[in-house]
Amino acid sequence: MSGHSYIKRPNRPLQIYAALFLVVLYVPVLFLPLFSFNTSIYVKFPLTGFTFQWYIELMDREPVWAALMNSLRVGVTTSLISTGFGIFAAKAITRYRLPGKGPLVGFIMLPLVVPGIIFGVALLILISRMGIPLSLYTVTIGHVIVCLPFAIATMIPRFEGFDPSIEEASADLGENAWWTFWRITFPMVFPGILASLLLTFTVSFDEFIMAFFLSGTDPTLPMYIWSQLRFPKEFPSILALASIILVVSFAMVFLGQWINRDAQATDSKSE
Amino acid sequence: MRGQDIPMPNQTALLPNTGRFRTLLQRSETTRGFALLSPTLLIMTVGILIPIGILVAMSFWTQVGFGFDTTMTTKNYQLAMDRPIYGALLRRSLWMSGMATIATVILSYPMAYFVAFHIHRNKMMWIVLITLPFWTSYLLRVFAWKVVLGYQGVINSALMALGLIDAPLEFLLYSQSAVVITLAHAWAAFAILPMYVSLEKIDKSLLEAATDLGDGPVARFLRITLPLSLPGVISACLLIFIPTTGDYITPTLLGGPDGAMIGNLIQKQFGAVNNWPMGATLSIILILSIGAISLSFMAFANFVRKRIS
Repeated sequence: MSGHSYIKRPNRPLQIYAALFLVVLYVPVLFLPLFSFNTSIYVKFPLTGFTFQWYIELMDREPVWAALMNSLRVGVTTSLISTGFGIFAAKAITRYRLPGKGPLVGFIMLPLVVPGIIFGVALLILISRMGIPLSLYTVTIGHVIVCLPFAIATMIPRFEGFDPSIEEASADLGENAWWTFWRITFPMVFPGILASLLLTFTVSFDEFIMAFFLSGTDPTLPMYIWSQLRFPKEFPSILALASIILVVSFAMVFLGQWINRDAQATDSKSE
Repeated sequence: MRGQDIPMPNQTALLPNTGRFRTLLQRSETTRGFALLSPTLLIMTVGILIPIGILVAMSFWTQVGFGFDTTMTTKNYQLAMDRPIYGALLRRSLWMSGMATIATVILSYPMAYFVAFHIHRNKMMWIVLITLPFWTSYLLRVFAWKVVLGYQGVINSALMALGLIDAPLEFLLYSQSAVVITLAHAWAAFAILPMYVSLEKIDKSLLEAATDLGDGPVARFLRITLPLSLPGVISACLLIFIPTTGDYITPTLLGGPDGAMIGNLIQKQFGAVNNWPMGATLSIILILSIGAISLSFMAFANFVRKRIS
Protein backbone atom coordinates (compact mmCIF):
# COMPACT_ATOMS: atom_id res chain seq x y z
CA MET A 1 0.00 0.00 0.00
CA SER A 2 1.20 3.50 -0.75
CA GLY A 3 1.12 4.87 2.79
CA HIS A 4 -1.29 7.73 2.45
CA SER A 5 -1.30 9.55 5.72
CA TYR A 6 -4.97 10.49 5.92
CA ILE A 7 -6.07 6.85 6.07
CA LYS A 8 -3.30 5.83 8.42
CA ARG A 9 -3.77 8.83 10.65
CA PRO A 10 -4.94 7.55 14.05
CA ASN A 11 -8.51 8.44 14.79
CA ARG A 12 -8.65 9.13 18.52
CA PRO A 13 -12.44 8.93 19.07
CA LEU A 14 -12.58 5.69 17.11
CA GLN A 15 -9.77 4.23 19.20
CA ILE A 16 -11.60 5.10 22.39
CA TYR A 17 -14.79 3.61 20.97
CA ALA A 18 -12.98 0.38 20.08
CA ALA A 19 -11.50 0.11 23.56
CA LEU A 20 -14.92 0.71 25.13
CA PHE A 21 -16.44 -1.86 22.80
CA LEU A 22 -14.01 -4.52 23.96
CA VAL A 23 -14.62 -3.59 27.60
CA VAL A 24 -18.39 -3.93 27.18
CA LEU A 25 -17.88 -7.19 25.28
CA TYR A 26 -15.84 -8.78 28.04
CA VAL A 27 -16.87 -7.19 31.34
CA PRO A 28 -20.32 -8.78 31.81
CA VAL A 29 -18.76 -12.20 31.38
CA LEU A 30 -15.98 -11.36 33.83
CA PHE A 31 -18.48 -10.79 36.63
CA LEU A 32 -19.01 -14.56 36.78
CA PRO A 33 -15.45 -15.35 37.94
CA LEU A 34 -15.42 -12.21 40.11
CA PHE A 35 -18.42 -13.29 42.18
CA SER A 36 -17.37 -16.94 42.19
CA PHE A 37 -14.57 -15.94 44.60
CA ASN A 38 -16.91 -13.91 46.81
CA THR A 39 -17.83 -15.31 50.24
CA SER A 40 -21.47 -14.16 50.15
CA ILE A 41 -24.05 -16.42 48.55
CA TYR A 42 -25.73 -13.28 47.20
CA VAL A 43 -24.43 -11.94 43.94
CA LYS A 44 -24.16 -8.28 44.84
CA PHE A 45 -21.82 -5.46 45.73
CA PRO A 46 -20.04 -4.74 47.97
CA LEU A 47 -17.89 -7.87 47.82
CA THR A 48 -17.62 -9.55 51.20
CA GLY A 49 -14.39 -11.49 51.01
CA PHE A 50 -12.22 -13.84 48.99
CA THR A 51 -12.77 -17.59 49.09
CA PHE A 52 -12.14 -20.81 47.19
CA GLN A 53 -15.03 -22.41 49.09
CA TRP A 54 -17.39 -22.68 46.09
CA TYR A 55 -14.77 -24.36 43.97
CA ILE A 56 -13.97 -26.85 46.71
CA GLU A 57 -17.66 -27.56 47.17
CA LEU A 58 -17.95 -28.19 43.46
CA MET A 59 -15.31 -30.92 43.60
CA ASP A 60 -17.39 -32.95 46.04
CA ARG A 61 -20.46 -33.06 43.84
CA GLU A 62 -21.10 -36.31 42.12
CA PRO A 63 -23.62 -34.92 39.52
CA VAL A 64 -21.12 -32.28 38.36
CA TRP A 65 -18.54 -34.95 37.60
CA ALA A 66 -21.12 -37.10 35.86
CA ALA A 67 -22.27 -34.16 33.74
CA LEU A 68 -18.65 -33.28 32.97
CA MET A 69 -17.97 -36.81 31.75
CA ASN A 70 -21.14 -36.72 29.62
CA SER A 71 -20.11 -33.42 28.06
CA LEU A 72 -16.58 -34.68 27.41
CA ARG A 73 -17.85 -37.82 25.72
CA VAL A 74 -20.31 -35.93 23.55
CA GLY A 75 -17.74 -33.21 22.81
CA VAL A 76 -14.93 -35.55 21.78
CA THR A 77 -17.21 -37.70 19.60
CA THR A 78 -18.79 -34.64 18.00
CA SER A 79 -15.48 -32.98 17.23
CA LEU A 80 -14.02 -36.17 15.72
CA ILE A 81 -17.06 -36.84 13.52
CA SER A 82 -17.64 -33.28 12.38
CA THR A 83 -13.95 -32.62 11.71
CA GLY A 84 -13.60 -35.96 9.89
CA PHE A 85 -16.57 -35.27 7.64
CA GLY A 86 -15.54 -31.63 7.41
CA ILE A 87 -12.13 -32.42 5.91
CA PHE A 88 -13.71 -34.22 2.97
CA ALA A 89 -16.46 -31.64 2.56
CA ALA A 90 -13.99 -28.74 2.64
CA LYS A 91 -11.83 -30.50 0.04
CA ALA A 92 -14.84 -31.17 -2.18
CA ILE A 93 -16.00 -27.57 -1.90
CA THR A 94 -12.63 -26.00 -2.66
CA ARG A 95 -11.16 -28.48 -5.14
CA TYR A 96 -14.00 -29.69 -7.34
CA ARG A 97 -16.34 -28.07 -9.77
CA LEU A 98 -19.73 -29.33 -8.65
CA PRO A 99 -23.07 -28.51 -10.20
CA GLY A 100 -25.28 -26.71 -7.70
CA LYS A 101 -22.40 -26.10 -5.31
CA GLY A 102 -23.67 -22.70 -4.14
CA PRO A 103 -27.07 -23.93 -2.91
CA LEU A 104 -25.48 -27.08 -1.45
CA VAL A 105 -22.99 -25.09 0.60
CA GLY A 106 -25.81 -22.81 1.67
CA PHE A 107 -27.77 -25.83 2.81
CA ILE A 108 -24.83 -27.23 4.78
CA MET A 109 -24.27 -23.86 6.47
CA LEU A 110 -27.95 -23.50 7.49
CA PRO A 111 -27.41 -24.51 11.15
CA LEU A 112 -25.23 -21.42 11.60
CA VAL A 113 -28.21 -19.17 10.98
CA VAL A 114 -31.53 -20.94 11.49
CA PRO A 115 -32.75 -20.64 15.11
CA GLY A 116 -31.53 -23.64 17.09
CA ILE A 117 -35.01 -24.29 18.44
CA ILE A 118 -36.27 -25.21 14.93
CA PHE A 119 -33.65 -27.91 14.37
CA GLY A 120 -33.96 -28.97 17.99
CA VAL A 121 -37.69 -29.67 17.85
CA ALA A 122 -37.51 -31.08 14.30
CA LEU A 123 -34.86 -33.61 15.32
CA LEU A 124 -36.78 -34.39 18.51
CA ILE A 125 -39.86 -35.23 16.45
CA LEU A 126 -37.89 -37.43 14.04
CA ILE A 127 -36.13 -39.27 16.84
CA SER A 128 -39.28 -39.87 18.84
CA ARG A 129 -41.23 -40.99 15.75
CA MET A 130 -38.49 -43.51 15.05
CA GLY A 131 -38.87 -44.76 18.61
CA ILE A 132 -35.26 -44.02 19.54
CA PRO A 133 -34.91 -43.16 23.25
CA LEU A 134 -33.28 -39.82 24.04
CA SER A 135 -29.71 -40.25 25.23
CA LEU A 136 -26.24 -38.84 24.85
CA TYR A 137 -26.20 -40.37 21.37
CA THR A 138 -29.13 -38.24 20.22
CA VAL A 139 -27.42 -35.17 21.72
CA THR A 140 -24.29 -36.08 19.74
CA ILE A 141 -26.30 -36.23 16.49
CA GLY A 142 -27.67 -32.77 17.19
CA HIS A 143 -24.21 -31.46 18.00
CA VAL A 144 -22.67 -32.88 14.83
CA ILE A 145 -25.26 -30.96 12.83
CA VAL A 146 -24.48 -27.77 14.72
CA CYS A 147 -20.70 -28.27 14.51
CA LEU A 148 -20.26 -29.43 10.89
CA PRO A 149 -20.65 -25.93 9.41
CA PHE A 150 -18.06 -24.61 11.86
CA ALA A 151 -15.65 -27.42 10.97
CA ILE A 152 -16.07 -26.85 7.23
CA ALA A 153 -15.80 -23.07 7.52
CA THR A 154 -12.61 -23.47 9.55
CA MET A 155 -10.94 -25.78 7.04
CA ILE A 156 -12.00 -24.17 3.74
CA PRO A 157 -9.41 -21.35 4.04
CA ARG A 158 -6.75 -24.01 4.65
CA PHE A 159 -7.56 -25.78 1.41
CA GLU A 160 -7.78 -22.47 -0.43
CA GLY A 161 -4.42 -21.48 1.01
CA PHE A 162 -2.33 -24.16 -0.64
CA ASP A 163 -1.57 -24.78 -4.26
CA PRO A 164 -3.47 -27.74 -5.77
CA SER A 165 -0.55 -28.34 -8.13
CA ILE A 166 1.38 -29.84 -5.20
CA GLU A 167 -1.27 -32.53 -5.00
CA GLU A 168 -1.14 -32.97 -8.76
CA ALA A 169 2.64 -33.28 -8.65
CA SER A 170 2.30 -36.05 -6.09
CA ALA A 171 -0.18 -37.84 -8.32
CA ASP A 172 2.10 -37.41 -11.33
CA LEU A 173 4.96 -38.90 -9.36
CA GLY A 174 2.92 -42.03 -8.88
CA GLU A 175 1.22 -41.68 -5.51
CA ASN A 176 -2.37 -42.85 -5.40
CA ALA A 177 -5.13 -40.65 -4.03
CA TRP A 178 -4.97 -42.22 -0.59
CA TRP A 179 -1.24 -41.64 -0.07
CA THR A 180 -1.41 -38.22 -1.70
CA PHE A 181 -3.97 -37.34 0.93
CA TRP A 182 -1.86 -38.62 3.84
CA ARG A 183 1.50 -37.33 2.63
CA ILE A 184 0.53 -34.01 1.04
CA THR A 185 -2.96 -32.82 1.85
CA PHE A 186 -3.13 -33.90 5.48
CA PRO A 187 0.14 -32.23 6.60
CA MET A 188 -0.75 -29.06 4.68
CA VAL A 189 -4.19 -28.70 6.23
CA PHE A 190 -3.18 -30.11 9.62
CA PRO A 191 -3.39 -26.77 11.47
CA GLY A 192 -6.93 -26.39 10.12
CA ILE A 193 -7.83 -29.87 11.34
CA LEU A 194 -6.43 -29.15 14.78
CA ALA A 195 -8.25 -25.83 14.93
CA SER A 196 -11.48 -27.51 13.82
CA LEU A 197 -11.13 -30.21 16.49
CA LEU A 198 -10.66 -27.59 19.21
CA LEU A 199 -13.43 -25.28 17.98
CA THR A 200 -16.04 -27.97 17.41
CA PHE A 201 -15.24 -29.52 20.77
CA THR A 202 -15.81 -26.16 22.44
CA VAL A 203 -19.02 -25.50 20.55
CA SER A 204 -20.36 -28.92 21.51
CA PHE A 205 -19.13 -28.61 25.10
CA ASP A 206 -20.96 -25.28 25.48
CA GLU A 207 -24.01 -26.09 23.35
CA PHE A 208 -27.33 -25.86 25.12
CA ILE A 209 -30.34 -25.79 22.80
CA MET A 210 -29.86 -29.17 21.08
CA ALA A 211 -28.95 -30.71 24.44
CA PHE A 212 -32.10 -29.17 25.92
CA PHE A 213 -34.38 -30.93 23.45
CA LEU A 214 -32.42 -34.10 22.78
CA SER A 215 -30.92 -35.26 26.07
CA GLY A 216 -32.46 -38.03 28.08
CA THR A 217 -31.69 -38.67 31.73
CA ASP A 218 -27.95 -37.93 31.45
CA PRO A 219 -27.41 -34.17 31.47
CA THR A 220 -24.52 -32.41 29.77
CA LEU A 221 -22.78 -29.70 31.75
CA PRO A 222 -24.85 -26.79 30.36
CA MET A 223 -28.02 -28.80 31.06
CA TYR A 224 -26.84 -29.35 34.62
CA ILE A 225 -26.24 -25.62 35.03
CA TRP A 226 -29.70 -24.89 33.64
CA SER A 227 -31.30 -27.28 36.11
CA GLN A 228 -29.52 -25.60 39.04
CA LEU A 229 -30.29 -22.00 38.03
CA ARG A 230 -33.61 -21.97 39.83
CA PHE A 231 -32.05 -22.71 43.23
CA PRO A 232 -30.69 -19.43 44.62
CA LYS A 233 -28.52 -21.22 47.15
CA GLU A 234 -26.69 -23.03 44.36
CA PHE A 235 -25.79 -19.75 42.71
CA PRO A 236 -22.20 -19.42 43.95
CA SER A 237 -21.19 -22.93 42.96
CA ILE A 238 -22.82 -22.44 39.55
CA LEU A 239 -20.77 -19.28 39.22
CA ALA A 240 -17.66 -21.29 40.02
CA LEU A 241 -18.57 -23.97 37.49
CA ALA A 242 -19.41 -21.34 34.86
CA SER A 243 -16.06 -19.65 35.46
CA ILE A 244 -14.15 -22.88 34.93
CA ILE A 245 -16.07 -23.59 31.72
CA LEU A 246 -15.48 -20.04 30.47
CA VAL A 247 -11.74 -20.16 31.13
CA VAL A 248 -11.37 -23.56 29.45
CA SER A 249 -13.52 -22.49 26.46
CA PHE A 250 -11.63 -19.23 25.99
CA ALA A 251 -8.32 -21.04 26.14
CA MET A 252 -9.38 -23.70 23.63
CA VAL A 253 -10.91 -21.27 21.14
CA PHE A 254 -7.93 -18.95 21.43
CA LEU A 255 -5.56 -21.85 20.82
CA GLY A 256 -7.64 -23.03 17.86
CA GLN A 257 -7.73 -19.59 16.25
CA TRP A 258 -4.04 -19.10 16.94
CA ILE A 259 -3.04 -22.38 15.29
CA ASN A 260 -5.12 -21.48 12.26
CA ARG A 261 -4.21 -17.78 12.14
CA ASP A 262 -2.11 -17.80 8.95
CA ALA A 263 -4.90 -19.54 7.01
CA GLN A 264 -7.31 -16.79 7.96
CA ALA A 265 -4.72 -14.13 7.17
CA THR A 266 -4.12 -15.48 3.67
CA ASP A 267 -7.83 -15.87 3.24
CA SER A 268 -8.68 -12.28 4.06
CA LYS A 269 -5.88 -11.11 1.79
CA SER A 270 -7.11 -13.11 -1.16
CA GLU A 271 -10.61 -11.73 -0.83
CA MET B 1 -10.50 -41.33 10.59
CA ARG B 2 -12.57 -43.43 8.28
CA GLY B 3 -11.25 -45.66 5.53
CA GLN B 4 -8.79 -47.43 7.84
CA ASP B 5 -9.99 -50.71 6.36
CA ILE B 6 -8.71 -50.08 2.85
CA PRO B 7 -5.85 -52.56 2.45
CA MET B 8 -2.90 -50.58 1.24
CA PRO B 9 -0.12 -52.92 0.05
CA ASN B 10 -2.11 -55.44 -1.94
CA GLN B 11 -4.25 -52.89 -3.67
CA THR B 12 -3.50 -54.30 -7.12
CA ALA B 13 -5.11 -57.55 -6.09
CA LEU B 14 -8.36 -55.73 -5.64
CA LEU B 15 -8.25 -53.97 -8.94
CA PRO B 16 -10.07 -56.50 -11.11
CA ASN B 17 -13.11 -56.37 -8.84
CA THR B 18 -13.23 -52.68 -8.24
CA GLY B 19 -11.75 -51.61 -11.55
CA ARG B 20 -14.86 -50.19 -13.12
CA PHE B 21 -15.86 -48.33 -9.98
CA ARG B 22 -12.33 -46.98 -9.61
CA THR B 23 -12.22 -45.73 -13.21
CA LEU B 24 -15.54 -44.06 -12.75
CA LEU B 25 -14.27 -42.40 -9.60
CA GLN B 26 -11.11 -41.17 -11.25
CA ARG B 27 -12.72 -40.10 -14.48
CA SER B 28 -15.47 -37.92 -13.26
CA GLU B 29 -14.43 -34.98 -11.16
CA THR B 30 -18.04 -34.36 -10.21
CA THR B 31 -18.54 -37.88 -8.91
CA ARG B 32 -15.38 -37.64 -6.83
CA GLY B 33 -16.42 -34.29 -5.47
CA PHE B 34 -19.82 -35.57 -4.49
CA ALA B 35 -18.28 -38.71 -3.01
CA LEU B 36 -16.21 -36.51 -0.71
CA LEU B 37 -19.22 -34.40 0.15
CA SER B 38 -21.53 -37.37 0.65
CA PRO B 39 -20.99 -38.03 4.38
CA THR B 40 -21.78 -34.40 5.13
CA LEU B 41 -24.75 -34.32 2.79
CA LEU B 42 -26.04 -37.56 4.28
CA ILE B 43 -25.93 -36.31 7.85
CA MET B 44 -27.41 -32.95 6.86
CA THR B 45 -30.23 -34.73 5.02
CA VAL B 46 -30.95 -37.03 7.94
CA GLY B 47 -30.48 -34.26 10.48
CA ILE B 48 -32.18 -31.33 8.76
CA LEU B 49 -34.15 -32.17 5.63
CA ILE B 50 -36.05 -35.20 6.93
CA PRO B 51 -36.77 -33.68 10.36
CA ILE B 52 -38.05 -30.46 8.74
CA GLY B 53 -40.23 -32.58 6.47
CA ILE B 54 -41.73 -34.37 9.46
CA LEU B 55 -42.09 -31.03 11.25
CA VAL B 56 -44.17 -29.76 8.34
CA ALA B 57 -46.27 -32.93 8.35
CA MET B 58 -46.79 -32.79 12.09
CA SER B 59 -47.98 -29.19 11.91
CA PHE B 60 -51.11 -30.60 10.21
CA TRP B 61 -51.71 -33.27 12.88
CA THR B 62 -53.61 -33.04 16.15
CA GLN B 63 -52.60 -34.01 19.65
CA VAL B 64 -54.79 -36.70 21.21
CA GLY B 65 -53.77 -37.40 24.79
CA PHE B 66 -50.23 -38.68 24.54
CA GLY B 67 -50.56 -39.70 20.89
CA PHE B 68 -51.27 -37.98 17.62
CA ASP B 69 -54.16 -38.03 15.21
CA THR B 70 -52.34 -38.06 11.89
CA THR B 71 -55.29 -36.96 9.79
CA MET B 72 -54.24 -33.87 7.91
CA THR B 73 -56.03 -30.76 9.10
CA THR B 74 -55.29 -27.05 9.12
CA LYS B 75 -56.89 -26.70 12.54
CA ASN B 76 -53.60 -25.71 14.20
CA TYR B 77 -53.06 -22.92 11.72
CA GLN B 78 -56.64 -21.74 12.22
CA LEU B 79 -56.09 -21.74 15.96
CA ALA B 80 -52.80 -19.87 15.63
CA MET B 81 -54.56 -17.19 13.60
CA ASP B 82 -57.54 -16.95 15.93
CA ARG B 83 -55.80 -16.78 19.28
CA PRO B 84 -54.45 -13.24 19.60
CA ILE B 85 -51.70 -14.31 22.02
CA TYR B 86 -49.84 -16.24 19.30
CA GLY B 87 -49.82 -13.36 16.85
CA ALA B 88 -48.89 -10.92 19.59
CA LEU B 89 -45.94 -13.05 20.71
CA LEU B 90 -44.76 -13.48 17.13
CA ARG B 91 -44.96 -9.76 16.43
CA ARG B 92 -43.18 -9.00 19.68
CA SER B 93 -40.39 -11.50 18.84
CA LEU B 94 -39.89 -9.99 15.42
CA TRP B 95 -39.93 -6.50 16.92
CA MET B 96 -37.42 -7.34 19.66
CA SER B 97 -35.10 -9.15 17.25
CA GLY B 98 -35.37 -6.22 14.88
CA MET B 99 -34.38 -3.84 17.67
CA ALA B 100 -31.49 -6.07 18.72
CA THR B 101 -30.37 -6.31 15.08
CA ILE B 102 -30.40 -2.56 14.52
CA ALA B 103 -28.60 -1.91 17.80
CA THR B 104 -25.95 -4.55 17.11
CA VAL B 105 -25.26 -3.44 13.57
CA ILE B 106 -25.03 0.26 14.43
CA LEU B 107 -22.81 -0.36 17.45
CA SER B 108 -20.61 -2.90 15.69
CA TYR B 109 -20.05 -0.97 12.45
CA PRO B 110 -17.51 1.47 13.91
CA MET B 111 -15.63 -1.47 15.42
CA ALA B 112 -15.51 -3.30 12.09
CA TYR B 113 -14.43 -0.04 10.44
CA PHE B 114 -11.74 0.47 13.04
CA VAL B 115 -10.23 -2.98 12.54
CA ALA B 116 -10.47 -2.76 8.74
CA PHE B 117 -8.94 0.71 8.33
CA HIS B 118 -7.00 1.58 11.45
CA ILE B 119 -5.37 -1.65 12.51
CA HIS B 120 -2.35 -2.45 10.41
CA ARG B 121 -0.44 -4.94 12.49
CA ASN B 122 -1.95 -7.92 14.33
CA LYS B 123 -5.28 -7.61 12.54
CA MET B 124 -5.90 -11.30 13.18
CA MET B 125 -5.32 -10.76 16.88
CA TRP B 126 -8.12 -8.19 16.93
CA ILE B 127 -10.50 -10.42 15.02
CA VAL B 128 -9.80 -13.28 17.42
CA LEU B 129 -10.28 -10.97 20.39
CA ILE B 130 -13.65 -9.75 19.10
CA THR B 131 -14.97 -13.17 18.15
CA LEU B 132 -13.64 -15.05 21.17
CA PRO B 133 -16.69 -14.54 23.42
CA PHE B 134 -18.96 -15.63 20.59
CA TRP B 135 -17.54 -19.14 20.67
CA THR B 136 -18.14 -19.61 24.38
CA SER B 137 -21.31 -20.80 25.97
CA TYR B 138 -24.38 -18.80 24.99
CA LEU B 139 -26.10 -19.95 28.15
CA LEU B 140 -23.28 -18.59 30.31
CA ARG B 141 -23.21 -15.26 28.52
CA VAL B 142 -26.94 -14.85 29.09
CA PHE B 143 -26.45 -15.97 32.68
CA ALA B 144 -23.77 -13.27 33.04
CA TRP B 145 -26.31 -10.63 32.04
CA LYS B 146 -28.71 -11.96 34.65
CA VAL B 147 -25.96 -11.39 37.19
CA VAL B 148 -25.35 -7.88 35.85
CA LEU B 149 -28.98 -6.75 35.51
CA GLY B 150 -30.50 -8.71 38.40
CA TYR B 151 -32.70 -7.23 41.13
CA GLN B 152 -29.72 -7.44 43.45
CA GLY B 153 -27.31 -7.67 40.56
CA VAL B 154 -24.15 -5.81 39.70
CA ILE B 155 -25.71 -2.57 38.50
CA ASN B 156 -28.35 -2.27 41.19
CA SER B 157 -26.12 -3.22 44.09
CA ALA B 158 -23.28 -1.04 42.83
CA LEU B 159 -25.58 1.97 42.46
CA MET B 160 -27.02 1.33 45.92
CA ALA B 161 -23.58 0.87 47.49
CA LEU B 162 -22.58 4.18 45.96
CA GLY B 163 -25.71 5.74 47.40
CA LEU B 164 -27.04 6.84 44.03
CA ILE B 165 -30.35 5.01 44.39
CA ASP B 166 -32.30 3.84 47.45
CA ALA B 167 -34.16 0.88 45.97
CA PRO B 168 -33.14 -1.46 43.14
CA LEU B 169 -34.21 -0.39 39.66
CA GLU B 170 -36.82 -2.95 38.78
CA PHE B 171 -36.97 -2.33 35.07
CA LEU B 172 -33.47 -3.68 34.51
CA LEU B 173 -34.33 -7.36 34.72
CA TYR B 174 -37.42 -9.08 33.30
CA SER B 175 -38.10 -6.58 30.58
CA GLN B 176 -37.89 -6.36 26.83
CA SER B 177 -34.93 -4.03 27.02
CA ALA B 178 -33.01 -6.59 29.09
CA VAL B 179 -33.61 -9.16 26.34
CA VAL B 180 -32.65 -6.74 23.57
CA ILE B 181 -29.42 -5.71 25.36
CA THR B 182 -28.45 -9.32 25.94
CA LEU B 183 -29.19 -10.38 22.37
CA ALA B 184 -27.23 -7.45 20.97
CA HIS B 185 -24.27 -8.27 23.19
CA ALA B 186 -24.37 -11.98 22.44
CA TRP B 187 -24.43 -11.56 18.64
CA ALA B 188 -22.00 -8.66 18.25
CA ALA B 189 -19.21 -10.85 16.88
CA PHE B 190 -21.53 -12.30 14.27
CA ALA B 191 -22.29 -8.78 13.07
CA ILE B 192 -18.70 -7.60 12.96
CA LEU B 193 -17.30 -10.35 10.75
CA PRO B 194 -19.30 -9.77 7.54
CA MET B 195 -19.02 -5.99 7.88
CA TYR B 196 -15.28 -6.28 8.44
CA VAL B 197 -14.88 -8.45 5.34
CA SER B 198 -16.83 -5.92 3.22
CA LEU B 199 -14.85 -2.97 4.54
CA GLU B 200 -11.55 -4.77 4.16
CA LYS B 201 -12.28 -5.45 0.48
CA ILE B 202 -12.76 -1.78 -0.38
CA ASP B 203 -10.09 -0.61 -2.78
CA LYS B 204 -8.18 2.08 -0.90
CA SER B 205 -7.38 3.90 -4.14
CA LEU B 206 -11.06 4.83 -4.42
CA LEU B 207 -10.72 6.72 -1.15
CA GLU B 208 -7.60 8.45 -2.44
CA ALA B 209 -9.42 9.38 -5.63
CA ALA B 210 -12.31 10.84 -3.64
CA THR B 211 -9.90 12.88 -1.56
CA ASP B 212 -8.00 14.10 -4.62
CA LEU B 213 -11.29 15.19 -6.14
CA GLY B 214 -12.04 17.27 -3.09
CA ASP B 215 -14.23 15.15 -0.82
CA GLY B 216 -13.85 15.64 2.90
CA PRO B 217 -13.84 12.73 5.35
CA VAL B 218 -17.61 12.72 5.83
CA ALA B 219 -18.46 12.92 2.13
CA ARG B 220 -15.84 10.27 1.44
CA PHE B 221 -17.40 7.96 3.98
CA LEU B 222 -20.96 8.52 2.77
CA ARG B 223 -20.14 8.27 -0.92
CA ILE B 224 -17.52 5.50 -0.98
CA THR B 225 -17.13 3.53 2.23
CA LEU B 226 -20.72 3.18 3.34
CA PRO B 227 -22.23 2.15 -0.04
CA LEU B 228 -19.42 -0.32 -0.67
CA SER B 229 -19.80 -1.89 2.76
CA LEU B 230 -23.57 -2.27 2.44
CA PRO B 231 -23.42 -5.95 1.42
CA GLY B 232 -21.65 -6.66 4.72
CA VAL B 233 -24.22 -4.63 6.63
CA ILE B 234 -27.06 -6.50 4.93
CA SER B 235 -25.63 -9.91 5.73
CA ALA B 236 -24.91 -8.81 9.29
CA CYS B 237 -28.58 -7.79 9.67
CA LEU B 238 -29.77 -11.17 8.43
CA LEU B 239 -27.20 -13.11 10.45
CA ILE B 240 -28.49 -11.55 13.64
CA PHE B 241 -32.17 -11.17 12.91
CA ILE B 242 -32.79 -14.75 11.79
CA PRO B 243 -31.31 -16.67 14.73
CA THR B 244 -32.41 -14.24 17.46
CA THR B 245 -36.09 -14.40 16.49
CA GLY B 246 -36.30 -18.00 17.68
CA ASP B 247 -34.29 -17.54 20.85
CA TYR B 248 -35.88 -18.73 24.06
CA ILE B 249 -32.97 -18.87 26.52
CA THR B 250 -32.59 -15.12 26.84
CA PRO B 251 -36.31 -14.40 27.25
CA THR B 252 -36.62 -17.24 29.78
CA LEU B 253 -33.77 -16.00 31.93
CA LEU B 254 -34.17 -12.25 31.47
CA GLY B 255 -37.49 -11.50 29.82
CA GLY B 256 -40.10 -12.14 32.46
CA PRO B 257 -43.73 -12.10 31.34
CA ASP B 258 -43.30 -8.93 29.27
CA GLY B 259 -40.23 -10.19 27.48
CA ALA B 260 -41.47 -13.65 26.46
CA MET B 261 -40.93 -14.52 22.82
CA ILE B 262 -42.35 -17.01 20.35
CA GLY B 263 -39.48 -19.39 21.15
CA ASN B 264 -40.78 -19.74 24.70
CA LEU B 265 -44.20 -20.67 23.39
CA ILE B 266 -42.78 -23.27 21.00
CA GLN B 267 -40.62 -24.76 23.73
CA LYS B 268 -43.65 -24.99 26.07
CA GLN B 269 -45.62 -26.94 23.45
CA PHE B 270 -42.90 -29.57 23.53
CA GLY B 271 -42.66 -29.45 27.31
CA ALA B 272 -45.32 -28.54 29.83
CA VAL B 273 -48.22 -27.98 27.41
CA ASN B 274 -47.41 -31.19 25.51
CA ASN B 275 -49.03 -30.25 22.24
CA TRP B 276 -46.34 -31.17 19.72
CA PRO B 277 -48.40 -30.52 16.58
CA MET B 278 -49.15 -26.99 17.79
CA GLY B 279 -45.44 -26.52 18.49
CA ALA B 280 -44.68 -27.73 14.97
CA THR B 281 -47.25 -25.32 13.53
CA LEU B 282 -45.77 -22.40 15.47
CA SER B 283 -42.26 -23.38 14.27
CA ILE B 284 -43.43 -23.38 10.66
CA ILE B 285 -45.15 -20.03 11.12
CA LEU B 286 -41.93 -18.69 12.65
CA ILE B 287 -39.82 -19.97 9.73
CA LEU B 288 -42.25 -18.50 7.19
CA SER B 289 -42.36 -15.10 8.92
CA ILE B 290 -38.57 -14.95 9.18
CA GLY B 291 -38.31 -15.96 5.53
CA ALA B 292 -40.83 -13.37 4.36
CA ILE B 293 -39.23 -10.56 6.35
CA SER B 294 -35.68 -11.52 5.28
CA LEU B 295 -36.66 -11.66 1.62
CA SER B 296 -38.45 -8.32 1.68
CA PHE B 297 -35.53 -6.82 3.57
CA MET B 298 -33.10 -8.14 0.97
CA ALA B 299 -35.25 -6.81 -1.88
CA PHE B 300 -35.46 -3.42 -0.18
CA ALA B 301 -31.73 -3.35 0.57
CA ASN B 302 -30.87 -4.18 -3.03
CA PHE B 303 -33.19 -1.46 -4.23
CA VAL B 304 -31.47 1.06 -1.95
CA ARG B 305 -28.04 -0.13 -3.04
CA LYS B 306 -28.90 0.32 -6.70
CA ARG B 307 -30.21 3.79 -6.04
CA ILE B 308 -27.15 5.10 -4.24
CA SER B 309 -24.41 3.43 -6.26
